[in-house]
Amino acid sequence: MTNSISEIKDTDFIFAIGTNTTETHPIISLEVKKAIKNGTKLVVADPRKTEMAELADIHISHPSGSDLILLNALANVIITEELYDKEFVEERTENFQELKETVQKYTPEYAEETIGISADTIREVARGYANADKAMILYTMGITQHICGTDNVLAIANLAMLCGHIGKPSTGVNPLRGQNNVQGACDMGGLPNVYPGYQKVVDEKVREKFEKAWGVSLNPNNGLSVGEMMDNAYEGKVKGIYIMGENPVLSDPDANHVEEALKKLDFLVVQDIFLTETAMLADVVLPAASFAEKDGTFTNTERRVQRIRKAINPVGQSKEDWEIICMVATAMGYPMNYDSAEDIMKEIAEVTPSYGGITYRRLEGDGLQWPCPTEDHPGTPYLHKGRFAKGKGSFHAVEFVPPNEETDSEYPFVLTTGRRLWHYHTGTMSRRADGLEWKYPQEKLEINPEDAAKLGLREGDKVKVASRRGEIEIAVHCTDRVPPGTVFGSFHFRESAINKLTNPARDPKAKIPEYKVCAVKIQKLA
Amino acid sequence: MEKVSLTIDGRQVEVSAGTTVLEAARSAGIEIPTLCHDPELTSHGACRLCVVSIEGMRNLPASCVTTVREGMVVHTSTPEVNEARKTILELLLSNHPNDCMICEKSGECKLQEYAYLYGVKEGTFAGEQSNYHPDDSNPMIYRDNNKCILCGKCVRACEEVQGRSILGFANRGFQTKVTPALDKPLSESECVFCGSCISVCPVGALTEKGMMGKGRRWEMKKVRTICPYCGTGCTIELNVKNGEVVGVTSTEEGAVNGRALCIKGRFGYNFINHPDRLKTPLIKENGSLREATWEEAISKVAENLSKIKEEYGSDALATLTSARCTNEDNYIMNKFTRAVLGTNSIDHCARL
Repeated sequence: MTNSISEIKDTDFIFAIGTNTTETHPIISLEVKKAIKNGTKLVVADPRKTEMAELADIHISHPSGSDLILLNALANVIITEELYDKEFVEERTENFQELKETVQKYTPEYAEETIGISADTIREVARGYANADKAMILYTMGITQHICGTDNVLAIANLAMLCGHIGKPSTGVNPLRGQNNVQGACDMGGLPNVYPGYQKVVDEKVREKFEKAWGVSLNPNNGLSVGEMMDNAYEGKVKGIYIMGENPVLSDPDANHVEEALKKLDFLVVQDIFLTETAMLADVVLPAASFAEKDGTFTNTERRVQRIRKAINPVGQSKEDWEIICMVATAMGYPMNYDSAEDIMKEIAEVTPSYGGITYRRLEGDGLQWPCPTEDHPGTPYLHKGRFAKGKGSFHAVEFVPPNEETDSEYPFVLTTGRRLWHYHTGTMSRRADGLEWKYPQEKLEINPEDAAKLGLREGDKVKVASRRGEIEIAVHCTDRVPPGTVFGSFHFRESAINKLTNPARDPKAKIPEYKVCAVKIQKLA
Repeated sequence: MEKVSLTIDGRQVEVSAGTTVLEAARSAGIEIPTLCHDPELTSHGACRLCVVSIEGMRNLPASCVTTVREGMVVHTSTPEVNEARKTILELLLSNHPNDCMICEKSGECKLQEYAYLYGVKEGTFAGEQSNYHPDDSNPMIYRDNNKCILCGKCVRACEEVQGRSILGFANRGFQTKVTPALDKPLSESECVFCGSCISVCPVGALTEKGMMGKGRRWEMKKVRTICPYCGTGCTIELNVKNGEVVGVTSTEEGAVNGRALCIKGRFGYNFINHPDRLKTPLIKENGSLREATWEEAISKVAENLSKIKEEYGSDALATLTSARCTNEDNYIMNKFTRAVLGTNSIDHCARL
């Protein structure tokens, strides 16, 4: 997020696109509710009529995968009607002409024709956003989980930069990150192209710095992303994988392919707190301590680094994750010894500029929001004040790209996937919590009553859902939360493993799979 | 903002216009007892425990709903005020089970605390007592209307913080009670089990069911940490007894969330001490996993990874690090992958 969560309540206009906030980020949705109470206008763009959509002044139900038409049409109105912030565009951005030319054809009328959202609505939303004093865009995976995920994000950035809605309190672009420490895992170099602090792997100076810090020579080439790892494992090029705290057999797209790929490996290590579907395939399983048994830090979606504290001893013989990895490293001839998590944070601060001023002592209380480069820096509640990190902000002219897989007569429904309030990811933790399992023990595929009637389906009926990659059995929930032609299911349940169906086609830049659109057929089971 | 000066218990206090007498007193470090007041919620003025004496006013006004005026002279603890508070407590205890010895809230109960403070042993008003069936309809929130003092904080938290209005007042007079619509149990309501109602309940009317019978509140070690589910980063308190996590509570000090949590944050903790937890390393032999020692497991991992690196090169190896683990864990996995395995093929489920 460029802003802080607490800034949401003070904004004048919220454009929430592809975020089911009340379910995926319930506490952030409370801030949205506070904003609404304060008179903030809320526009929600989501194919599904989520609870957020019900809270909204305007709900735009555009088809899954058509975000670029909508976003470009909004930019079109803002430029055509000269609603943009000319001073901001002049002083702080570049490539405006290119954007102007590209969005020219995405008129509100063109959008109405192609995605069925009225031109008047698009104009109203564009004007509302542009004219607001303080305006925030919120988005989640509804924007990113597409083969054009990166372009979707760039199109959002275009809107914010056009209107100068960035770099001020309660004004900015706010992706809501989905997992407790997904921000931190990215910050700490858990990506194939960057070291900690987003320092590029291919940058020679950066490599030299880490070679010096770690006392080894380092590989100069970018590595493989998770999807590429699986493909390479399937083809026999990757021979060994070490997985810590992940369950790709349920979480990754085209799950059958992932399982086959992992089975082809010469050696698979899985380190986890439970014997997950992925751990069952491992040659060695290493028992890890849970968050309750660890000291350390998590970084939340607003870049706030916060302390987690050990409450109980590790269960059984389990050990903290870092401790296990250090044991393996040492056994492989590279001694890694740390006294504590705090000891590791000292090294993180030394090599990661944005964490440079972070110490455990300073994290007592409310934590610190990065960038926090020095010990006397107070942290950064909102980003891009006065200037962008890279200097001028670039507009990116991005054209609409249709989803990788479209419906046809054999696979007539669009399946879009996501989360439920009641569960979490592959259910490893949440399905072992009595209350959550009591509240929502079984996944149900949301289907519009019109479609259900055509297929002769009633509430709770079991169906077989098949895509070009796999099939599952699941009960149906007939609801107008989904529009006709679209069905929705979560990926929390192994009994109806929705990712056997999803499409592994990826965004070429961010490598994110298109979880939000695949074509399926539905057949009633006797 | 305009400032107002007043005298509270002989002390000069200056506060912004519009402040309540209660807030003014608390800002000066003068404690006034309250049951229905909550700084995060609208003021209700229902319990009357916060009554004070204000010179020139006829009755004893409730300080939580009385705004300060210039020159006001307030006495927070006169014999008259204390007597009024005692009577209120006696009235409350007259229709209360007074079963502190087995009540889950004992030790954290405001009614108990004030009864102690004002020396009120029992209710002195004989008469009818409420006799409701507790709502035991779900594994998360236990609702016992017999203990409810009708302060309405749960009703306001549900409406004002959560925007859900699941709980409301029903009936009139002695029959008044807090209940979901149509007097249904929570399990049949639209409740999302965020437990905000529990976090504001001053008595034992609303309790975390999972913590019942697991120990007295003062025996629990509360460890402040961060919720392991979504990316919001809510502060939670793990309640620990005998080395086991027996419950989760929230605290006003939460940087992001205050006392608010969702169903997963407040009730999703059972996995921690679940019998399915992996307790020893496992090694696959003849197609099935068997228990192993750490020494055996670590050397097997080290040998196999080294062998692949030697035979096929570093890029035949890859790691998945974890958005569920700490920054420190992730940093170490990143260092291990690049410095020891020699590849940059490290990734995690950032994209889902």
